[in-house]
Amino acid sequence: MEITLKINGVEKKLNVEPRTLLAHAIRDAGLTGTHIGCDSSSCGVCTVVLDGKTAVKSCTMFAVMAEGHEITTIEGMAQGGKLHPLQQAFYDQHGLQCGYCTPGMIMAAHVLLQHNPNPTEEEIRFGLSGNLCRCTGYQNIVKAVQQAAQMLQQPAGAAADD
Amino acid sequence: MAVETPNLEPKGIQGLGKAIKRKEDPRFIVGKGNYLDDINLPGMLHMALVHSPYAHAKILNIDTSEALKIPGVKAVITSKDLAAAGLSWIPTLAGDKQMVLADGKVLYQYQEVAAVYAETRQAAADGAAAVQVEYEPLPVVVDPYKATAPDAPVLREDIKGNMTGAHGPRRHDNHIWTWDVGSKDETEKALAASEVRIKQHMVYPRSHPAPLEPCGCIGDMNKATGRLTVYMTTQAPHAIRTVLSLVTGIPENNIRVISPDIGGGFGNKVPVYPGYVCAIVGSIVLGAPVKWVETRTENLTTTGFARDFHMDIEIGATKDGKVTAMKVYTLADHGAFDAAADPSKYPAGLFSICTGSYDFQKAYAEVDAVYTNKAPGGVAYRCSFRVTEASYLIERSMDVLAHELKMDPAELRLKNFIQPSQFPYPSALGWTYDSGDYEKTLKVALGRIGYAELRKEQAEKRAKGELMGIGISTFTEIVGAGPSKDFDILGIKMFDGAEIRVHPSGSAIVRAGTRHQGQGHETTWAQIVSEELGLDVDKIIVEEGDTDTAPYGLGTYASRSTPTAGGAMALGARRIREKAKKIAAHLLEVGEGDVEWVDKKFVVKGVPGKSVTMNEVAFAAYTNLPPGMEPGLETTYYYDPPNLTFPHGAYICVVDIDKGTGEVKVRRFVAIDDCGTIINPMIVEGQVHGGLTEGFAMAFMQEIAFDEQGNNLSSNFTDYLLPTALETPKWETGHTVTPSPHHPIGAKGVGESPTVGSPAAFVNAVVDALAHLGVRHIDMPITREKVWKVLRQAGVDSF
Amino acid sequence: MIPAAFEYKRPMSLEEAISHLAEHGYDARVLAGGQSLIPAMRYRLAQPSVLVDINKLPNLGYLHEENGMLRIGALVRDTDVEFNKNIQSKYHLISDVSMVVADPIVRFRGTVVGSLCHNDPSGDWAAAAIAARAQMVIQGKNGSRVESIDQFLVDSFATSIGEGEMAVEARFPTPNSLTSGAYEKIERKVGDYATAAAAVQIELNPDGTIKEAGIGITAVAHMALRVVEGENLLRGQKPTLELIRAAAEEVRKIADPNPDARGSAEYKKDMARVLVGRGLIKALRRLNVVVA
Ligand SMILES: Cc1cc2nc3c(=O)[nH]c(=O)nc-3n(C[C@H](O)[C@H](O)[C@H](O)COP(=O)(O)OP(=O)(O)OC[C@H]3O[C@@H](n4cnc5c(N)ncnc54)[C@H](O)[C@@H]3O)c2cc1C
Ligand code: FES
Ligand code: FES
Repeated sequence: MEITLKINGVEKKLNVEPRTLLAHAIRDAGLTGTHIGCDSSSCGVCTVVLDGKTAVKSCTMFAVMAEGHEITTIEGMAQGGKLHPLQQAFYDQHGLQCGYCTPGMIMAAHVLLQHNPNPTEEEIRFGLSGNLCRCTGYQNIVKAVQQAAQMLQQPAGAAADD
Repeated sequence: MAVETPNLEPKGIQGLGKAIKRKEDPRFIVGKGNYLDDINLPGMLHMALVHSPYAHAKILNIDTSEALKIPGVKAVITSKDLAAAGLSWIPTLAGDKQMVLADGKVLYQYQEVAAVYAETRQAAADGAAAVQVEYEPLPVVVDPYKATAPDAPVLREDIKGNMTGAHGPRRHDNHIWTWDVGSKDETEKALAASEVRIKQHMVYPRSHPAPLEPCGCIGDMNKATGRLTVYMTTQAPHAIRTVLSLVTGIPENNIRVISPDIGGGFGNKVPVYPGYVCAIVGSIVLGAPVKWVETRTENLTTTGFARDFHMDIEIGATKDGKVTAMKVYTLADHGAFDAAADPSKYPAGLFSICTGSYDFQKAYAEVDAVYTNKAPGGVAYRCSFRVTEASYLIERSMDVLAHELKMDPAELRLKNFIQPSQFPYPSALGWTYDSGDYEKTLKVALGRIGYAELRKEQAEKRAKGELMGIGISTFTEIVGAGPSKDFDILGIKMFDGAEIRVHPSGSAIVRAGTRHQGQGHETTWAQIVSEELGLDVDKIIVEEGDTDTAPYGLGTYASRSTPTAGGAMALGARRIREKAKKIAAHLLEVGEGDVEWVDKKFVVKGVPGKSVTMNEVAFAAYTNLPPGMEPGLETTYYYDPPNLTFPHGAYICVVDIDKGTGEVKVRRFVAIDDCGTIINPMIVEGQVHGGLTEGFAMAFMQEIAFDEQGNNLSSNFTDYLLPTALETPKWETGHTVTPSPHHPIGAKGVGESPTVGSPAAFVNAVVDALAHLGVRHIDMPITREKVWKVLRQAGVDSF
Repeated sequence: MIPAAFEYKRPMSLEEAISHLAEHGYDARVLAGGQSLIPAMRYRLAQPSVLVDINKLPNLGYLHEENGMLRIGALVRDTDVEFNKNIQSKYHLISDVSMVVADPIVRFRGTVVGSLCHNDPSGDWAAAAIAARAQMVIQGKNGSRVESIDQFLVDSFATSIGEGEMAVEARFPTPNSLTSGAYEKIERKVGDYATAAAAVQIELNPDGTIKEAGIGITAVAHMALRVVEGENLLRGQKPTLELIRAAAEEVRKIADPNPDARGSAEYKKDMARVLVGRGLIKALRRLNVVVA
């Protein structure tokens, strides 16, 4: 069946089966930053943002269900040629090693900060507990989210490169 | 849309010891990594595998007709089809062979039985579901101790009655090899004469590296050129190319193995798996690229497990706590095929590092490997070949001994450490430790955590009935395999190569035979070369993973990259510098003897103002050479390390235990590592965080478990438990630096120390918390229930 | 892994949804958050031939108080509850549950009603609904009916929803100022189903005795259970540690867990007991009654 998905602000017409997972549809549309790491909805490397404020595991949603929603993936985070503060902060704080969990982690953190702009370390660990990372031990990811929270609270334009 | 790449700060040369940000990150943070599943080739087919539901069964019939009727399904193959190509069995890295697709019988649950090729991943999955296989279940061997019972069913009928294996005699059809080291007689004598002796049985459970990116492969046979390109999630692309050439008969120069970005490896991505072979065979037969990407279940149930060592140790000591001798017997469960990824001479890897940081005069270790109805593997999971098992064994045992002696475990360790003056130290089991200062490192850790106060707090808590424990691990690792006189895999010596090309304008490209999976080589190799050549790190690009371009090397695992390829980088760069010096002399119009390398510049001796930079030399290498000199500024260097390196560390863990539920909370964890010279402190710290987290996982959560029928009980992430940010403790890290005397830059490697060293610290802490209740040992993973059992038996209960 | 193929229906009205369900009978399944259904389909443990996606139905996302009840529409996600300030301050039990169901990302999709309809033997919402004495609203071709949670939860993975019906709402009584509750769950890690869990709710009389008590336990039997005898022991009594011990002890008599990787039957039973005790102590503490 033909569906239209709005991904990162761009409408894409896709030919899918009803059983096509959103994760596969996104990746087949050329946006391979969204990864897949399990079959049990456990790892969160497939996390994308729906309608700005909700994070979903795109492996646990059929592509057809995403029609009518705004999907944001890691490729849609940098704006105007500038990295999103979360991307900058993951880079600054060594919040990634192999990078496989990173897109999902950044999308989950993005939503976390929408609901809690100034989280404590414990709240960050809690909020990211639907996303696995096998490399970093999470400590630098937590630091990255803290840095991003600070950057986002500074007035626009004042976000200094750390 | 082009995204601004963040700046590396500050600009300019960034040699050793600088915490610069990683050069590989900009692509990952914008979602532009290029992992295996991101690669799509025109006309590519998808492959799915059919797996056995039984752990041991005869295959009576395979009916593929329904599968072939599914629209989009192109072909289904079984072992018979592979046999036609001589590929129904392949050699393992350990000198055994293994089935690609089940040949007549299956030997473990989820074993690969058939491969389905289809136009879409959906059709491939439907096809696999439609293949009908008739099985006749056979009795299973799950417990390794029962594998060699006289009446045990024979698992490997292909080698039945053949009592000589790749590593010597076999004493039962399910026995693979026996390996021993040290003097048994002398050790037994020394033990008998010891004032105090402890014995302990402990199991290092079966585990799985489970990187978040599963394994995968795209086979792409170009029939027009006869060239086979293989994209593969492999930590060792060159070794894979050689193996592929040997098993397929395709000349090695007609095979190109590309290992794209890898989403974590941890040893999982070293061996050759049946899925890889089927994807490649599919491409050869069908004339189209074939992609196979593992499901998580396939990853956990069929590819490279780790550990599964069942160990018995006996240690002797004097009454005042000086160790005298150690004897170890280990039963190793290798599953259905011996596919362990160990150097040929060392079927039990470097397990003989089990004397650890202590001055044992006598030691003996024996390992028996057996077949069971479980998946093959035995990979070096974030550890150097069985060093994790060895380190856990000795560090856990030192606490058992301390308990027996009623001595503080820190004091016992301090009393038995190999002293700095003893290096190079010949161990009782045959290694020559390069360097170390164990006492210093432990003292830093004790001070950092406030050991004395913690012991006081513990005593007070205990008086009130509260449970708190402190665990220490002062481990020694052995990494960097290795010197070619002793180390090879399938005969290929374990050196590693580096190629450095300095271009006329002063930028450079550097290639290595290693393959990083998150370790940061694109940054650290550049830092080594930057240090040695005085070029800006920004101007150095590191490339790994393409066998057409990279120099030969055995890959990245077992913490070997820094000790081997890191050495090749430094020495290759120094070779370039030698030539550069000649060019510099020419430019400076002095004799070569008058030029010295000072502050990353060539300077005329005694005339500090008169100098040239490497940039200038590089330009001259292509434009203005001394007469008769070969143009260019490039080299390929193969480094054969003279010895292994021996990183060490002191870890201390503090836990609190919930009396109601048995829950263990890690309150603090201090990790002081000594990995010699540090190339990039930020990367080292990140490696330590990650390794500690995996050690934590092994201590408390991760286990590949089986039931009595051989069913795998840990076949996905709902049952094979990886810690999230919430469970993971906060790590406190630090360093001492004792350089390796033989490594070109003094580095030892760190990627795996924390996985190796930490499990014992966790377990020691838990046992310490419960010691007064009569507990001496608890096997990993320490579940709440295991603690609960101890508590309730001791009459401890609480809401 | 890839689910088996199915026919997809996306009704835009409740009537249309009900008519799809009526037409396809038990071959059809409601698709709500999909957080239980889709993983099961990926493993091909579930292979429904028709899915009726209710996510586009209008007016099922409400979450408000009315006539002494918190009404939770069928499209209310766990996070809607988790982030709701009114719920955090008044509905202690529900608020607790909403923070420990599944993981933070799954909670953005999973629905409270869907979880109750799924009636997983380890489901968290079922235990909470039992303790809070919730009600379910079921819609069929011929209108709707309201059932108590005890009538609704029938057996493991089975409810009283009939062919051609779906659940449209869960209702939780609004706690008064003398009512509190708590949810205690042991899980091996975030995202794991409970090893054992207990939901409790307590309403005090002004004199400090217990007016009403609700205790639900999950993951320790074929489905979530009400600890009736424990509730009976508490009712009318002054809360003491001894009383709580005795009430918690009742768990052992009805829990009948399956041993599995999460633990032996003995361990799970004992944990359910400990958790009921802890839940009661916490709920009382929230009412400023300290018993331990
Ligand atoms: C990683 C992970 C961990 C989880 N951990 C937990 C946990 O710890 N505790 C826990 O309780 N749950 C857990 N869950 C399940 C999760 O909470 C589910 O979201 C929930 O159980 C089902 O809600 P849903 O809306 O997603 O339902 P769906 O998956 O859409 O449906 C579930 C079932 O209920 C039926 N159904 C749904 N809505 C209706 C309706 N309105 N009327 C009639 N039938 C309906 C469906 O047909 C289906 O049979 C976990 C899920 C995942 C993926
Ligand atoms: S791929 Fe693991 S949760 Fe989606
Ligand atoms: S960086 Fe490798 S999984 Fe997170």
